[in-house]
Amino acid sequence: MQLTNRSKVASVKTLNWVEQIYLPAIIKGMIITFSHIFRKKATVKYPEQKRPIAGVYRGLHVLKRDEQGRENCTACGLCAVACPAEAITMEAAERQKGEENLYREEKYAAMYEINMLRCIFCGLCEEACPKDAIYLTDRILPSNYARNKFIYGKDLLVEGTAPDQRVDVTGRKKNYEMNV
Amino acid sequence: MSQLLFFSLSILTILSALVVVFTRKPMYSVLSLIVCFFTIAGHYILLNAQFLAITHVIVYAGAIMVLFLFTVMLLNLNAESDQPKSGKLRIAAMVAAGMLFVTLVASIKSTTLGEFSLPPASDNGFVQHVGQRLFTDYLLPFEISSILFLSAMIGAVVLSKKEKH
Amino acid sequence: MIDWWLILDKVILVVVIFVVSLAIAAYSTYGERKIAAVIQDRIGPDRAGPWGIFQPLADGGKFFFKEDITPNAADKFLFILGPSLFITTALMTSAIIPWGKSFFFGEHEFSLQVADLNVGILYLLAVVSIGGYGIMIGGWASNNKFALLGALRASSQMISYEVPMGMAIISIILMSNSLNLREIVDMQQGFHWNVFYQPLGFLIFLICAFAECNRAPFDLPESESELVGGYHTEYSSMKLGFFLFAEYINMFISSTIIACLFFGGYHFPGIDSLGLSPNWAAIVSICVLFAKIFFFIFFFMWVRWTLPRFRYDQLMRLGWKVLIPLSIFNVLATGAWLTFVK
Repeated sequence: MQLTNRSKVASVKTLNWVEQIYLPAIIKGMIITFSHIFRKKATVKYPEQKRPIAGVYRGLHVLKRDEQGRENCTACGLCAVACPAEAITMEAAERQKGEENLYREEKYAAMYEINMLRCIFCGLCEEACPKDAIYLTDRILPSNYARNKFIYGKDLLVEGTAPDQRVDVTGRKKNYEMNV
Repeated sequence: MSQLLFFSLSILTILSALVVVFTRKPMYSVLSLIVCFFTIAGHYILLNAQFLAITHVIVYAGAIMVLFLFTVMLLNLNAESDQPKSGKLRIAAMVAAGMLFVTLVASIKSTTLGEFSLPPASDNGFVQHVGQRLFTDYLLPFEISSILFLSAMIGAVVLSKKEKH
Repeated sequence: MIDWWLILDKVILVVVIFVVSLAIAAYSTYGERKIAAVIQDRIGPDRAGPWGIFQPLADGGKFFFKEDITPNAADKFLFILGPSLFITTALMTSAIIPWGKSFFFGEHEFSLQVADLNVGILYLLAVVSIGGYGIMIGGWASNNKFALLGALRASSQMISYEVPMGMAIISIILMSNSLNLREIVDMQQGFHWNVFYQPLGFLIFLICAFAECNRAPFDLPESESELVGGYHTEYSSMKLGFFLFAEYINMFISSTIIACLFFGGYHFPGIDSLGLSPNWAAIVSICVLFAKIFFFIFFFMWVRWTLPRFRYDQLMRLGWKVLIPLSIFNVLATGAWLTFVK
C-alpha cells in the first residue's frame, strides 16, 4: 500500500563514471549546506524569547482557590478515578471550626499528590472535577535530579492567595465552556 | 658556537643511542631511536646539508620509525613479558658482541685522531647540487637502487595478495 | 658578530605568530560552532558576551579548572609527552610561512618570515610527519583500547596521505623551480596562481590536507560515535585542550599553506598598481593573506558539516588507489608540459 509519494524504490544500479568521481555530488551537497546559512533559524533564544503556545496547552497542574482564597477541592476522588495513568493520590479530612476561610466545602484534601513521572498530561482530571478545583496550566514541568522530587504535593500544586500568585486558567476554562 | 653545538649534539646522539640499547621498555627504545635520528639530522645541518637533514627526518623519523612504533604498539611488549633468554642464545649473543668489540677496537686503533675542525662550509648539501650529482655522477647506482625499491614494492604486493585455492 | 637586531626581529615575530595562531585556534572553535549552527539552522553559542564572542575564553578557562586525571595504568611520562609534542609540532610549522611583504624602518628591513629556509617545503613535510608522533604516543600511553585504535588510525592515515601530498607538492616545485616557500609565493605574483595551472594538484593537496588535519570527512581517529573520543579518550583538562588546540592550529596552518602554495599567498592581482608605500603594502599583503586563510578555515568547517565520515577501508582505498596514482600522473603531466610545451 502506498502511503506517500515520497517513498523511493531502492535500486542497486551501478554508478556511471561521473557519479563515481563523487565530486558533482559533493559540490551539490556543499551548495545545499551553504544555502542553509541564510535560512531562517529554526531555534529561538529561549529564556528571552519564547515560542507561542496554544491557549489550551496542558502543562503543570494547579489546585485552584476561589475568590476568597479558599481551596476548591473537596477530595471527592473523581480525578483519581478518571486518571488513566493512576498518578493521583489523596487523603480526605473534615473541616474543623475556624477553618472556613481555608476550605470552601466541609471536606477537604489533607494530602493531595500527583506523580509527575506517571502523569501523561491528558487533562481528564480537570474534566472529571465537579468543583472547578484542578486545572492544567501553560507552565512546563521543571526537570529534577531525583525521582521522588517529581511527586508533587499540595505545597507545589495549590496556588497562592496573593493576587500575583494566582494562576490564570481562563484558556482551559473557555475550552470546556465551548465543548459544553 | 658551532663547536659547542657539535659537542652537545654528539653527546645527545650517543646518549640516546645508549638508551635504545639499554632500556627495558621497547617503546622508550623506539622513541630514543627517533631522538637519535633527530640529533643526526642536526649534524647534517651543522655540515650545511639542509636537504639531507630534512630528508633524513622525513624518511627515517617520519616514516620508518612510525612503522616501528606501530609494530611495538600492536605487539604490546613490556618489561614483564620479557622472558629470560636461553643459554644457547646468551652464548651466541656473547660471541656476536665480542666480535663486534674486536672489530671496533681494531678500527679505533688504526685511526689517528686529528685536530678537531669543522669542514669548510660548502653548498654540496643543497638540493641543486645533490640533484646534479645524483643524475650525472651517480646516475647508475641511483637507478639501480630505485629498481631495488621497486622489487621490494612488488614483493610486498605479492605477499599481501591472497592465495587462490 | 651576532646580529642583535635580527634576533630581536625574530623574537618579536615568533611571539606575535604564536599569539596569533593561538588566538585564531581559539576563535576557530567559536567559528566552528557558529558555522555548524547556521548550517543546521540553529543560532549557536550566544551566551558569553554579545553574540557569544567570549565563548573561547570561557572554554579555555574551563579547561584550566577541570580536574587533571592521569589513568593509573598510563605511562606517566609519555602521557604528558604526547600532547606537548603534538602542539609543539603544530606551532613549529608556522616558522617557514611568509606572512607578508617586509616592513622597512628606515634602513632596517623587518622580514615577516621567521626562517627563510631553502628547503622550506620539505621542512613542512618533515614537521607534519613528526606531528603524528604526538597522537601515537598519547594514544598508546593512555593504555586504553579506544585511544590506541584512534592513534593507529591517525598515524596510518597520516602516513598514507603524506605520499600524495608530497607528490602534489612536487608538481608545484617543478613549476616554480624552488623549494623555498617565499620564492614559490613570489612566482605567483599577479594572477598566476598555481591553482589555475595545477587544478588536479590542488584537489589532491586539499584532500590530503583534510586527512592530515584529521578533519571530517576523514575524522576517523577521533570519531565520537565509534571510538568514544579516539586517541584523546583518557585525556582531561588542559592536556585535552592541547590536543584540541593543536588540531585547530593544524587547520590554520594547512589553510595558510594552501593559500601560499596555490592561491598566491600574500599576493593579490592589482595590489602592486595601487602605488602604496612599502609599509602600507606590507599591511595590505598581510590582510590579503589572512583573508585567504579565513576563507579556507571556513571551507574546512563547511566541508565538515556537509560530508559524512568515510569508512576506514574507503579512506585507505582513496589514499592508495586513487590519490597516489592521480598524483603520480599529475607529476608526469607537469613534467611533460614543462619539457615539451613550455
